[in-house]
Amino acid sequence: MKIHEYQAKSLFREFNIPVPAGNVAFTVDEAVSVAKSLTTAKVVVKAQIHAGGRGKGGGVKVVDNGDAVKEAAQQILGMQLITHQTGPEGKKVKSLLVEEGSSIERELYLSIIMDRATARPVIMASQAGGMDIEEVAEKTPEKIIKEAIHPALGIQAYQARKIAYALDIPKEGMKDALKLLTNLYRMFLEKDCSLVEINPLVVTADKRVIALDGKVNFEDNALFRQPDLVEMRDLDEEDPLEVEASKFNLNYIKLDGNVGCMVNGAGLAMATMDIIKLYGAKPANFLDVGGGADAEGIENAFRILVSDKSVELIFINIFGGILRCDLLAEGVVAAASKLNITLPIVIRMKGTNMEEGKKILADSGLKFEVADTMKEGAEKVAQLMKQPVAS
Amino acid sequence: MSVLVNKDSKLIVQGLTGKEGSFHAEQSLKYGTQVVAGVTPGKGGTSVELAGKQVPVFNTVADAKKATGGDVSLIFVPPPFAADAILEAADADMPLVVCITEGVPVTDMMRVKHALAEKPHVRLIGPNCPGVISPDECKVGIMPGMIHKKGPVGVVSRSGTLTYEAVDQLTQLDIGQSTCIGIGGDPVNGTNFIDCLKLFEADPETKAIVMIGEIGGTAEEEAAEFAKANVSKPIVCFIAGQTAPPGKRMGHAGAIISGGKGTAAEKMAALQAAGITVVESPAVMGETLAKAMA
Repeated sequence: MKIHEYQAKSLFREFNIPVPAGNVAFTVDEAVSVAKSLTTAKVVVKAQIHAGGRGKGGGVKVVDNGDAVKEAAQQILGMQLITHQTGPEGKKVKSLLVEEGSSIERELYLSIIMDRATARPVIMASQAGGMDIEEVAEKTPEKIIKEAIHPALGIQAYQARKIAYALDIPKEGMKDALKLLTNLYRMFLEKDCSLVEINPLVVTADKRVIALDGKVNFEDNALFRQPDLVEMRDLDEEDPLEVEASKFNLNYIKLDGNVGCMVNGAGLAMATMDIIKLYGAKPANFLDVGGGADAEGIENAFRILVSDKSVELIFINIFGGILRCDLLAEGVVAAASKLNITLPIVIRMKGTNMEEGKKILADSGLKFEVADTMKEGAEKVAQLMKQPVAS
Repeated sequence: MSVLVNKDSKLIVQGLTGKEGSFHAEQSLKYGTQVVAGVTPGKGGTSVELAGKQVPVFNTVADAKKATGGDVSLIFVPPPFAADAILEAADADMPLVVCITEGVPVTDMMRVKHALAEKPHVRLIGPNCPGVISPDECKVGIMPGMIHKKGPVGVVSRSGTLTYEAVDQLTQLDIGQSTCIGIGGDPVNGTNFIDCLKLFEADPETKAIVMIGEIGGTAEEEAAEFAKANVSKPIVCFIAGQTAPPGKRMGHAGAIISGGKGTAAEKMAALQAAGITVVESPAVMGETLAKAMA
C-alpha cells in the first residue's frame, strides 16, 4: 500500500524524524491559510499524487510567501499531472502539501528496504541525493552504500555512524543524523513498511538534517495489524477496477491488451498472459480468482472483466484439481447469462467431472469455445482475435 | 525413491480443526498419507474423524510428536499466527515443516528465517505454497493428488496451479514424478530452488528436473549459477510473468518487478547461459522435458 508524501511526513513527525513545517491543503483557501501559518519567506507548494517525478512535471513550485501561494495552488490543484510514473494520461491533483522553504546545502539519499536474498532490512544511502536512485545505481553503483541490519539486534550505533560518515554529515548535524537513522529504522519495523525513502535528505545551510521528501510503502500482508495505516489508503490513486476487484478478494491488474483473462492461481494467471502474447494476441489484464473459485467469485470476476471496455474476448483458464468442473461450468453459464455477456468466450478447464462440465457449457446455448489444453486455448484465442468481431 | 517425504512420513497437521486443515488432511489421508495427529491449542485430548479414521488432537506440537512419532508438520493456521506455528514446530525439532498459509507478513518471516538458522536439522517449505507430494506415497499439501504419477521427474516451483499444469502435462505424456515441491510465492521463504536442486541431484531415482520460476527477486539467477556447476541432470525451466508490467504485485507477494530488477527476460537469459533449457510457452513444459530425457 502506498501513501502520500504529506502522510509519510506526518508519520516521520510521529517518529521524531525532522521534516519542514507544513500541512496538507485540499482547497486553494486551505493552501493560503497553511502558508500564512509558516514563518519562512519562501514556501513550497507540492502536488500530492502517488508518483515520482512531480517536480519535472510542474507539480512542485517554490514561491514567495504571499499572493504567489494562491496562484501556485490554483495552478497545481486540479491539474492533470503527467510524470514518468503516471503514464501518458497523468493523475489529477486533489491535494497539496504546503510547507516552509529550506535553504539547502547538500542533497542526500536515504532508504530502507527489505532485502529478499538475505531476509534482512537494508539501509541504502548515497551522497548523490535528489536524483533518480535507479539511475545512480546503474551508472555509479559505488556512490551507494548498503548496510544490512540484523533482524534480532536491530540497528547498532556503529552502523548509524558508518552511514552518517559515508554521507559526510557535518559535525553539527551528526547527533541529529544518528537519531534520524535509528528512528527511521524503528518506524520501518513498527509500521511494517516495505519501503521508506527520503530523497532528498538535506543538510541545510544551518547544518540541520531534514527529510525534504518522503515515500513510504507498507507491506500489504501486514495491514491486518495496522488499522491506522489502512485509513490512509487513497482509493482515488488506484485503478477503479483494481479497487473493485480487491473488495471480492480477486487479484486484478489492468493491462493494455484486449483479451480478458480469468485464471485461478497467480502463477498460472501470469503464464496465461504470457501464452496469449506468445500466440500473437494481447492480454487485457491479470486476474487471479483464487484457489476456491465459487459461483459468486466467477460472477464478480466476469463483471470486472467486461467493465474494461477494451476487452473483446474472454479467456477462462481454470486448473480445477479439487474444484469440480461441473460446478465451475454452472457458475460460468449463470454469470454469463445474468450479465448478458455477448463477447466470445474461450474456456479451458481441467479437474474432476470435466465431461459433465463440457456438456453444461455445450447445452447452455451460449457461445463457448472449449479447449482441452492451454495450448489449444491460446490457439483459439489467437484465431478469434484475427477474425473481425461480429457486433 | 523420492525426496523430503515418502510412504513412511508421519504427518502432524497444525490447524487440523479448521475448515482448510480438516478438508486437506482428509484428502491427504485418502491419498494414503499417514496423518497421525492434529494440533489446535485448547483442543488437546479431542479427536477429529477424517476418512473414517479418528485423528487425535493435541495442544502442542511437542505433545503430538511425542505421542505419535510424527516427523512432518503441515501448517494451515491463519497469517497472524503462522510465524508462531512455524517456530513451535521448529522448537519441537520437526525435521520437515510445510507452511501452506498465504499472507504471512514478511517481517514475521524475516524473524522466522533467522531463528531457523539455529536449527539446521529443521527444514521449512513455504509459506504461501501448495506443499510437497511424492506420488503414490505421501501428499503433504493442497495439490490435487490424482494428476500425479510416480516416476523420474523432480518438480520445483514458486507457483501452485502452474505446478499442477506442469505435472499434468508430464502425466499426460506418461512421465511420472519423483517429488513435486512448491517452495511458495513469498519474498522470504524457507527452502529455495538451490536446496531443491541439491536434493534432486542427490536422488538416484530423479532423472530430470522441471523448475518453474516467476518474476521478482533473484532466486532463479542464483539457481542458474548453482546448477551450472553442480547439477548434471537435465533441467527444463519456465518463468512466469514475461508480460507482467513493472511495479505491480502479480498476486504473489514476491512476484513484482521493482526498480527494473527481477524481470523474466533477465532470469531466462541467466538460466540459458547456465545450460538450462528455457521454454517460452507454459504449454510445452512436458513435451520439452520428454525431449530432454530422451
